[in-house]
Amino acid sequence: MTSTTYREAMRQALREALTRDERVFLMGEDVGRYGGCFAVSLGLLEEFGPERIRDTPLSESAFVGAGIGAALAGMRPIVEIMTVNFSLLALDQIVNNAATLLYMSGGQFNVPLVIRMTTGAGRQLAAQHSHSLEGWYTHIPGIRVLAPATLEDARGMLWPALLDPDPVLVFEHGTLYNMEGDLADGAGEVDIESAAVRRPGEDVTLVTYGGTLRVAMGAAEELSASGVEAEVIDLRSLRPLDTATFVSSVARTHRAVVVAEGWRSGSLSAEVSARITEEAFYDLDAPVARVCSAEVPMPYAKHLEDAAVPQVAEVVAAVHRLGA
Amino acid sequence: MPSLGADMDAGTVTEWLVTPGDEVHRGDIVAVVETEKSTIDVEIFESGRIEEILVPVGTRVAVGTALARVTPLTAPAPAPGPGPGGTAVASAPAAVAATVAAHDRTPPAVAHHGTVLSPVLRRLAEKLGVEIAALEGSGPGGVVTRADVERAARPAPPPPPPAPAPAMAGPAAVSSPQGSRVPASPLARRVAADAGLDLVSLAPGSGPAGAVVEADVRRALEGHAPAPVPAEAPASPPARGAGEDGSSKQAAMRRAIGTLMARSKREIPHYYLSTTIDMERAAGWLAQANEERPLASRLVMPVLLLKATALAVAGVPEMNGFMVGETFEPSPAVHVGVAVSMRGGGVIAPAIHDVPGLSLDDLMAELHDLVNRARHGSLRSSEMSDPTITVTNLGDLGVESVFGVIYPPQVALVGFGRVQERPWAHEGMVGGRQVVTATLSADHRVSDGHRGGLFLSAVDKLLQRPEEL
Amino acid sequence: MTEAPAESVAGIRARGTEEPAPEAMRHLLEQMLRIRRFEERCVELYSSTAIRGFLHLAIGEEACAVGVLEALTPDDAVVATYREHGHALARGMTMRSVMAELEGKAEGCSRGRGGSMHLFDAATRFYGGNAIVGGGLPLAVGLALADHMQGRHRVTACIFGDGAVAEGEFHESMNLAALWGLPVLFCCENNFYGMGTALAYAESETDLALKAAGYHMPSWHVDGMDVLAVARTAREAAEAVRQGGGPHFLELRTYRFRAHSMYDPDRYREKSEIAEWKHRDPIGRLADHLRDIGELDDAALEALEGAVAAEVDDAVAYADAGTLEPVGDLLRFVTSEPGGGER
Repeated sequence: MTSTTYREAMRQALREALTRDERVFLMGEDVGRYGGCFAVSLGLLEEFGPERIRDTPLSESAFVGAGIGAALAGMRPIVEIMTVNFSLLALDQIVNNAATLLYMSGGQFNVPLVIRMTTGAGRQLAAQHSHSLEGWYTHIPGIRVLAPATLEDARGMLWPALLDPDPVLVFEHGTLYNMEGDLADGAGEVDIESAAVRRPGEDVTLVTYGGTLRVAMGAAEELSASGVEAEVIDLRSLRPLDTATFVSSVARTHRAVVVAEGWRSGSLSAEVSARITEEAFYDLDAPVARVCSAEVPMPYAKHLEDAAVPQVAEVVAAVHRLGA
Repeated sequence: MPSLGADMDAGTVTEWLVTPGDEVHRGDIVAVVETEKSTIDVEIFESGRIEEILVPVGTRVAVGTALARVTPLTAPAPAPGPGPGGTAVASAPAAVAATVAAHDRTPPAVAHHGTVLSPVLRRLAEKLGVEIAALEGSGPGGVVTRADVERAARPAPPPPPPAPAPAMAGPAAVSSPQGSRVPASPLARRVAADAGLDLVSLAPGSGPAGAVVEADVRRALEGHAPAPVPAEAPASPPARGAGEDGSSKQAAMRRAIGTLMARSKREIPHYYLSTTIDMERAAGWLAQANEERPLASRLVMPVLLLKATALAVAGVPEMNGFMVGETFEPSPAVHVGVAVSMRGGGVIAPAIHDVPGLSLDDLMAELHDLVNRARHGSLRSSEMSDPTITVTNLGDLGVESVFGVIYPPQVALVGFGRVQERPWAHEGMVGGRQVVTATLSADHRVSDGHRGGLFLSAVDKLLQRPEEL
Repeated sequence: MTEAPAESVAGIRARGTEEPAPEAMRHLLEQMLRIRRFEERCVELYSSTAIRGFLHLAIGEEACAVGVLEALTPDDAVVATYREHGHALARGMTMRSVMAELEGKAEGCSRGRGGSMHLFDAATRFYGGNAIVGGGLPLAVGLALADHMQGRHRVTACIFGDGAVAEGEFHESMNLAALWGLPVLFCCENNFYGMGTALAYAESETDLALKAAGYHMPSWHVDGMDVLAVARTAREAAEAVRQGGGPHFLELRTYRFRAHSMYDPDRYREKSEIAEWKHRDPIGRLADHLRDIGELDDAALEALEGAVAAEVDDAVAYADAGTLEPVGDLLRFVTSEPGGGER
């Protein structure tokens, strides 16, 4: 076991990919000389050189589109976008090109591209750097959406994402980079298909992913003290969703709370809730509940930001309201 | 009428630039048409002579309607090349579509009712099997439109739907007799429906907003549960409309059960065996089998247990048949009695006939039907009189094992408790597995423990191969 | 022909002024005629509803497609727009596969999933068929980036219209390509109208080559109605790009004789303006020139027209006889199939 951080695990994954496959390169704003906006790529420029650790101008659409083009022509680009809010400047390339080219071309042109970006609140970055818009991308057929929430996943999701012949979006919650823990010495690639049961329990199912996994785990600990055993499901893959894992859990526990940082209206949490009612309706002993962010642009002040995003106490209260 | 855009359904002729007798050439502008968006020139794609104008100025017709009839000239004009002045003549500005569909050279057809059918519509009619002569045009001047063809192609409206069936399959059908809706969770509804319990008696429940939840149903069922040693008694099914009030019916049933069970215990030297069966494979198979089935026809575990019991008697015929006086008469057929607890108490055990020959789906349907009819008092007398062996399953109530009382003149009764997860050693590893306790009550005048043990072992083996049941 | 050779923004005249061999010129004529007659047939098929959706024709603009694509080698890549029938045909895609696509058939180049605006062909490295104005430019930059990183001497021709110049993606892409010295040949087909809005209503600077020159990119004005000028300049620019000269920009001044999409009211253009441009029809112009130098007569032209008509007829027959992709395959190609995707 080695003590490490989410940031270092991610960097190690990048290093491994750059070493294993010379078609791999990293491209984005300030990934090189600056060392990465969140220091994920710190030191890689010195190790791999400016051709493969490629600083770009502030041109999200152009460098994401260039990633698509390079992928079409045989490269395996990793494009880094600073935050999901900035990815909206490249939405055309992601949605109209990356996700559609294979289909529009009748199967001729696949796009083996990985796009990494940060998401989420918790760092007082206010309303243009803090939103959780990954749910929008899960709406789009043709792309895979991943949310590593653990050190193992930060270390192990990148390589299988690069092996995917189609575009993969990886969402890294901004509060996770400093997360410390032990990682097995041989830690490497993980599966990117399935959800994980992070904690077994039989009284209620908490479905979550990314930054709110820690909130759900905290709630589960608190509930356990009052005799309620919550099962915590980490979705890991947001598209496609591993529906079977959370539906079969709900079929056993008969209650579900979806914990997600995105707003609830038109959201991924709504999708999870819908699938539970579609596929486990007759096993439900209470309505599906959701704990999501308040429907406001993310505020700056700490107390307001805390009030806007899901907290442990809210999850515990939601579970109790269901009668568990 | 050419299609001048994907969103255009019809157009109005505002001007004809040709008259009958005129010679026209491919690329000429022959008419002007007004659409919702604009006024557009109509280009012709055929060279020939205008025979007849079919749609007069001011008339609005659907896309695909023939506008005029053109007869090809005998010698087609040469294809226009680039002109000497360097101007291409083939493409006029905003020049548009022809009156005659592009690659169908047949002249527009005239249908019988004086209606005109464009090649496009004619092709559509042929494709849809519509008789052209029978078409009535709804367009201006009786012109047949695309909508007319499509209307003619549509099958006659279906007959009005039959009156709604009185009962629905599936858990959601349970509601109070008055039709008032009791707030209840889907799971509570399902469990109550399976147990035949009316939700009205449970409202308000302990769930959110007073909803009845599963725990309320379980509590109610435990309150109704019979005595710890469940008596399995045949009784005449309560006659419908017999005029007795509920409590006296129940009293009568209780008396009948008492009489029969006393006789059984007096006359039959019972012996009892018990075994615990690993149900992991059966449960897994069932879950998988149900994935492919619509909700209404999903299988339940008791169906597997019934089928296994019925097949197991083949090797141990001493379990299946009747005592006639002092002699045992094995039965060649296997009719399995199913113990059904009645609302308000009591139990009856009517038969499902020839169970070994039934598929699981058929058996499921039979079971569903039998339980329904048993609870509505509409059983057939043969079902009451001829079970050759009986199965009681109290697993739904959370009971672990059932040591039942044999129904005279039968000689064996098989009981199943709750299928539940237990620590269990499997292939040298201890883990959680689904198990069930199966019991046998058998008549010592006919068999002994060794044969009984073989029988339970056969049931076990059959349940390890659920796919073959 | 008497037109002045193309001139760069820096005032450099194209070097090659010598005329191609007559055979080469007849080939250019044939390519333009193939596109013209193909698209004229599309008009008919659209009117009879065999083709649906949006259908953008390039009648009048054929010299651009033919001149540019003649300058490429089979290894090069092409990124085009939604007005790309001509580019697809000039690139060597068969009329059959394009027509079948327009009719929505399984035999179409995109298996009926793309239609007129989304023609694709891996064999000729034809990357669409992009119907987001400006959306193809970043893609072209990426294709060129891959060649640059792998040390391959290939050109990516990126074709777009004047409308794209107003998009942010145009500027981002020009900058990135020039900054990194990538082998892209940017070809702006300036037909002076972004749909129905004249360039003067959309651009503060209507000299588009001048805008490109602002990115330190060799940029040329070219008479897009003169296929010889286009071919000559494109060849010269493509060679420079291929030799590591970084991106080049061609502003091809041209005109579409028909509406923006299949039909529009054309309220935004004067009929006299359209008529004036038709006098510069690139097909008539080259045919006249070949006649003048005694390299084309009526019989030869008729034979050429006959061959082209036969090819169009064959393509329509092929498309008509084509099959429909089974609805059961609706979901195919949303993601790659097992074993697919490795290039």
